[in-house]
Formats: sequence, C-alpha cells, structure tokens
Amino acid sequence: MGLLDKLGFGKKEEKLQEGLEKTRTGFLDKMGKALVGKDKVDDEVLDDLEEILITSDVGVKTTLEVIRRIENRVARDRFISSSELQKILKEEITGLLKEHEPDRPAEFEAELKQKPHVILVVGVNGVGKTTTIGKLSNMYKLAGKRVMLGAGDTFRAGAVEQLKIWSERADVPLIQQGHGADPAAVAYDTVASAKSRGADVVLVDTAGRLHNRKALMAELGKIKRVMGKVVDGAPHEVLLVLDASTGQNALQQALAFTEVVDVTGLALTKLDGTAKGGIVIGISHEMSVPVKYIGVGEKIEDLQVFDRARFVQALFEKTVAGSS
Amino acid sequence: MFEDLSSKLENAFKSVTGQARLSDINVAETVREIRRALLDADVNYEVARSITSKVKEKALGQGVVASVTPGQQFTKIVYDELAWVLGEEKEEITFSDKPPTVILIAGLQGSGKTTFSAKLAKWLKEQGKTPMLAAADVYRPAAVDQLKTLGGQIDIPVYAIKEKDAGRVATEAVAEAKKNARDVLIIDTAGRMHVDEYMMNEVADIKKSVNATEVLFVVDSMTGQDAVNTAKEFNEQIDFDGVVLTKLDGDTRGGAAISIKTVVNKSIKFISTGEDMDSISPFYPDRMAQRILGMGDVVSLVERAQQQYDEVQARKLQSKISSDTFNLEDFYGQLQQVKKMGSMKDLVGMIPGMSKQLGDTEIDDESLKPIEAVINSMTIEERRRPQLINGSRRKRIAKGSGTSVKEVNDLLKQFNQMKKMMKTMTKMNKMGRAMEGLKNMTGQQKIN
Ligand SMILES: Nc1nc2c(ncn2[C@@H]2O[C@H](COP(=O)(O)OP(=O)(O)OP(=O)(O)O)[C@@H](O)[C@H]2O)c(=O)[nH]1
Ligand SMILES: Nc1nc2c(ncn2[C@@H]2O[C@H](COP(=O)(O)OP(=O)(O)OP(=O)(O)O)[C@@H](O)[C@H]2O)c(=O)[nH]1
Ligand SMILES: [Mg+2]
Ligand SMILES: [Mg+2]
Repeated sequence: MGLLDKLGFGKKEEKLQEGLEKTRTGFLDKMGKALVGKDKVDDEVLDDLEEILITSDVGVKTTLEVIRRIENRVARDRFISSSELQKILKEEITGLLKEHEPDRPAEFEAELKQKPHVILVVGVNGVGKTTTIGKLSNMYKLAGKRVMLGAGDTFRAGAVEQLKIWSERADVPLIQQGHGADPAAVAYDTVASAKSRGADVVLVDTAGRLHNRKALMAELGKIKRVMGKVVDGAPHEVLLVLDASTGQNALQQALAFTEVVDVTGLALTKLDGTAKGGIVIGISHEMSVPVKYIGVGEKIEDLQVFDRARFVQALFEKTVAGSS
Repeated sequence: MFEDLSSKLENAFKSVTGQARLSDINVAETVREIRRALLDADVNYEVARSITSKVKEKALGQGVVASVTPGQQFTKIVYDELAWVLGEEKEEITFSDKPPTVILIAGLQGSGKTTFSAKLAKWLKEQGKTPMLAAADVYRPAAVDQLKTLGGQIDIPVYAIKEKDAGRVATEAVAEAKKNARDVLIIDTAGRMHVDEYMMNEVADIKKSVNATEVLFVVDSMTGQDAVNTAKEFNEQIDFDGVVLTKLDGDTRGGAAISIKTVVNKSIKFISTGEDMDSISPFYPDRMAQRILGMGDVVSLVERAQQQYDEVQARKLQSKISSDTFNLEDFYGQLQQVKKMGSMKDLVGMIPGMSKQLGDTEIDDESLKPIEAVINSMTIEERRRPQLINGSRRKRIAKGSGTSVKEVNDLLKQFNQMKKMMKTMTKMNKMGRAMEGLKNMTGQQKIN
C-alpha cells in the first residue's frame, strides 16, 4: 500500500475499516476460548465458523475445505493460546488465496516487462468494468506511466460516452470508433496506436456479457486474439471484474471467462457495501488466479491493491446494514 | 457444476430401497442435502435453515405416494415450500387514478435500473399507456446519455436537465408529464449503496416529493448472501412496493429471490432477462422455485402426468410394449397426451437436464406437426404394422404429408429406437421416463 499512502489515499484504508468496526459477535475470541488446550473443535464453534463463511459467500465447498483444514491443524498441533489459533485460522484461509504474480505486478509504479503492457478487462454486465478501467488508468498515470484506453464496449447505450468521461478524468487518451463498431477492430486499433505512440499501459474495455452466451463469449475470444497480432503476447493481462455482492454464480463466471480468454487476475468491486466477496477465495484457490484489486467506491481514487490478510480479517468483522 | 437437487436426492435415496414411508429414510441426511442445495443457490443462510426445518417437519411421517419415488416426493415438499414463500401469484403494478402514475426505480449500482426503466416504459406503451422517463441519475458518467439513447430506441421522451440535482429532475419531470398528458412517469435513479446515508436520504426524499405511486427495487439475480442486508435497508428507507429481478438470462439459480421475499415480504413484480428492450416479463413464483432447485419441473410433470394419464391406458400401453406390439398408432395417442399436458417447450423444460442437453435448439409445438402429419398420412394398417412401410409407401406418405422421404425415414428410425428403449425400461408406469423418451425423439427430429 506504500504508493497509495504516498498519494494521500491512506484515507481509503480508514474507509474500509470504518465498515468493519462491529466485530462478528466476537467470534475469534469465542473460538479461541473454546479451543484452548483441546485437540478437537467444538461443533458449536464450527457452526459459527460455517455461518460466518457462508454468509460471506465463501460457498459450501470452500467452507467445508476451510473447516477440514482447521480440524486437521487442531488435531495435529493442539493449541496453547487463542491468539495462536486465530492466527492459524486466518493463515489457512489466506493460504487459499493466490499471491500476485511478479510478472504482472499490481503495484502501479513497478516496471512492466512489455511495452505496451496490454490489459483486457472482461466480466458480466454491470460489475464495474468501465469504472475500474477509469480508476486503474488514473493510478497508472499518477505512477508516471503513459496510459491509453480503448472503448471496446460498442454495444451498450452510453458505454463509449461513459469511458470518454473517465478518460478525461484521468487525463489519458481514448481510442474509439463509436457505438456499433466492431469491438475487435477497436481493440486492434487501440493496441496498434499504443504501440506506435509508445504507450506503457493499454486498457481495453469490453461490453458486459453473461458467461452463458456462447456467441458473445466467442466475440471476446476474437477480441483477445487480434490484440496478439499487433503486440507479441498481448493481452498480457486479462482482468476479470467480479461484483462483491455476487453469490455462487461468480464461480461459473470465472470458469467460463477463463475458458475463453484465460483470465490472469481478478478485480473485486463494490466492497464498500456490506457484501464480503467471499466467493473469490474458492475461485482464487481452484483456478489459481490472484485477486489484484478491490473497488471501494465510485470515485476515481476508490481502488486498492488487494491485500490478502486484510481481506481475510474483514471476513470476521461484522457490518450491519444501516449502522454506522 | 451444480447437480440438480432432484438428482442429488435420488442418489441419496438409492441406497435405501423398498421403504414405505418417508420417515424410514434418512431424513437428516436428506435435509442436509437440501440445505446445501439452497446455499449453493444463494439462498441466505438463515433463510435456508428455516426452510429446511419446515421441510423436515412436513416430510416426517408423510405417507409415500405410490407412483413417485421418495426423492421426487421430497423434492416436491421443498418445491412447495419455496413456491409458497415466493408468493401465490403475480402481482401487478398500481396505477394512480390521478395521472401521472409515478414509478420510482431504485437499487444498488449496476443492478439494471436504467435498462429496466426503459423496458418498463416500452412495455407500458404497448399496453396503451403514454409513459415518460426521467433521468434522475446525476452521478454516474453518461447515465443521462444512456437513458436518452434507450428512450430514442423505444421512442419515449426522456426528461433531463443540465444541473446535477436529482430531486429537481424528479419534481420537474412530474410537472412536465402532467403538462404533456403523459400518464406514467418512470424515474430512473443512480445506483446507491444501502449503507450510504446521504444517497439513501436522497432517494427517500425523491419518493416523498414526487409522491410516488409505485417504488420498485431492482436486484441483480446473481446476488448472494448480502441480498438480505440490502433489501432490508432499502425497504426501511423507501418502503418499496415491489422487486424487479434482473439478469435472469444467466445461469444463476437466483436464491436471492427467496431471501428477499422472506425478509421484506414484498412481491417480485417483474423479471428482466436480457439487454434488449423486450426482455421483460411478469414474475411466476412456480418457475422461480423450480429454477432455484435446478430441477426442471419434476414435480408438476409428475402431477400433470397423474392427472391426465389414465391408469387403464397406462397398463394397456405397458403390456403393448413388453409384448412388442407398441405401434405408431399408440405413439400417436401418446403424442396427443403430451399435447394435452401443455406445450412442448414447457414439457421439455420440466425434465431435468433435458433443456441443457438440447442446448439452444428450439422445441416448440410446431416440431410435432410434421410428425403428426407423417403419421396421419399412413393407413391404419401401416400405423399398426410399421414394418409394412416400404420404399414406395414412404414416398406416398412423404407426398401426402408434405414432408420428405428422409423425414419419414427419420421418424421410422427413431420410432424403432424409442421402442427398443421403452422395452428396456422396466417401470413403465413411470410416466416421466416415457415422456423423456418421447422428448428425446422429437428433440432429435429437430436437430437432424
Ligand atoms: N459502490 C461502488 N460502485 C461501483 C464500484 N465499481 C463500479 N461501481 C458502480 O457500478 C455501476 C456499474 O459500473 P460500470 O463500470 O458501468 O460497470 P460495467 O461492468 O462497465 O457495466 P457494463 O459495461 O454495463 O457491463 C456504476 O454505477 C459504477 O459507478 C465500486 O467499487 N463501488
Ligand atoms: N444480460 C442481461 N443484462 C442486463 C439485464 N438488465 C440490465 N443488463 C445490463 O446490465 C448492465 C447494467 O445495467 P444498467 O441498466 O446500466 O444498470 P443500472 O442499475 O442502471 O446501473 P447504475 O446506474 O450504474 O447503478 C448493462 O450492461 C445492461 O445492459 C438483463 O436482464 N440481462
Ligand atoms: Mg462498461
Ligand atoms: Mg443507471
């Protein structure tokens, strides 16, 4: 988070914490007490843990996996202190989340291997793709990169205009062919201009599409392929945007998008509400794909680099709708 | 990925054979399966718990219905419970007797409010209303552009102003609607988080100032556990009149519908099933219950089959099949049975896994027509003894039915396959399976 602090975004950290004030009925303490000196976890504690994980959208399968891991650890290690136990619980969950990949750093100032570094942004309808692109372009720009955007959503009403406003906010150039243009042609055009103009980072927006729509998914495959014709290995990143309030369907989304465009990272948006976004744990684990960013609001600075430990901590903090 | 609940339950029951009562089987394990299926479908944790405890109560001690398996019976109990929670029948929106009727649209970011506002306008216009739209989202980049574009597509006026004042847009739009004799005003608002006090106050204020006739809460059907929190909070702040469930064209189970209905008890009035302006329809609780269970409609298939199917006829059919005398005449009779039970599409949808298997192939009642025509062009003798149908007869039948020889060939081939298959089916009184055979057949007919 170094960079964000430097840029004066430390506030955001508070913003996330604000919502996390109410602890989830002191679960961690309770769990600690119930376990000290034992080699088996109480059913009551497991029930509580189950409830916390399920209501965070972690899903039954991953929840059972976490419980299994905790039980194994408890049987093996036998605990002495509750703080140690809390640590282990968090460790086990954190361990399911994949770490960022060094060749596709999430820190904006880091050096990028390719020039231009091409990022394709995909996801189902309304999850926050365009907004996330706006925020990312700002971050990269502030980190001294030359950024360029491509208006690859030529379908939805007002989509090009929306991205245009973001490009103005971040003060980065936008390549567009207007509404109704062939999105693959826009993608090609964007990457080609970025190459000739010496841009460092290219972000290409795409229309929201449900993962079960075969034709639309095929179109996405094509968008991806044409990029590789202009710049070797492009897109270097395929960012799948997931809405934190989405339940188990997010897993289907991740599977389907990966199958077609090989997702390399996740962005989890709308974490400024009360949804926990727990589904990413299972997705990250099963598909071996890291969560890179989180969205915590609608403003340009409302983006954070994903921090596994803080995310897991947040699962155990209760936010009650309406209480502030 | 997700197994159908009904097939899961069938599996759970497989190990226990010959039981006479539901209480004989392992109810606890079954209830666990049901709970898991509900959670997999995104039904809220607490809500799922209360549903399973009710189901358990009902299941215990219930006598086994002879003609259905315990798995099917259990599924039906769960289904009944879900359908009951979701509400009895579709509810309409209210219109004001002092026009304009003001409909306020609210919800979280990206849930589909703007798209739905435009669709609703089009839908109402087609019913003879003269709607107008108001662009009261003054925050999201290009939100007004989006609504104006959609308004242009469906030829419905959109009221918007330059100033970023949502309250003003709304009140002015009401006056504008009155002035232009527009009888319905639909106000699109910005997406907002239920925990955002300022924004929640804004929409509550708009509701008051425009004296909204109908407030609709738009929810993404893919929403998970948090649906209860958002619905509760929106309901407390704006006391909405109905729910709109969007993006149901996806493959989400949509358990959020159950959660929301349970915590705020407001009916779901519309569903949205696509990005185009026509993908809007009223809400049917029974279909939603089926969807959440991911079971197709085993239940109503069983029910309808029992209603429509004459026991005597069934027994006759069974003996015909086992004695290998099942012929095209019987088949034709069966087709008519199917038709009596409902449309082909409905029937296919009712069989778990079937719609998936058929992919995008459209099965409609039309696809039965050529089959009927072919059979109709046969002589009684030919129907009773299909083996008589040689080359020249095929030509004659094709000509008479306005089909091709290939189609006649296909039908005969498939009829033979089906006959074979039916013979191997042991329990012929299981109407469901016979239906499946039939469905397979007509499905192939269309694909070939
Ligand atoms: N509160 C909150 N709202 C967000 C966040 N990210 C995006 N949004 C809002 O979510 C809505 C949808 O965002 P978009 O960026 O248009 O989503 P999209 O995925 O591009 O949508 P389509 O292109 O229509 O598929 C907008 O109202 C955004 O302001 C976030 O992190 N928090
Ligand atoms: N597949 C599908 N997409 C939908 C449906 N309804 C809306 N969308 C899409 O979902 C995205 C968001 O829809 P909007 O109508 O912009 O949502 P909104 O609630 O107005 O968003 P904000 O104003 O940003 O809060 C767009 O890409 C729509 O085309 C639906 O029923 N099915
Ligand atoms: Mg977009
Ligand atoms: Mg909108």
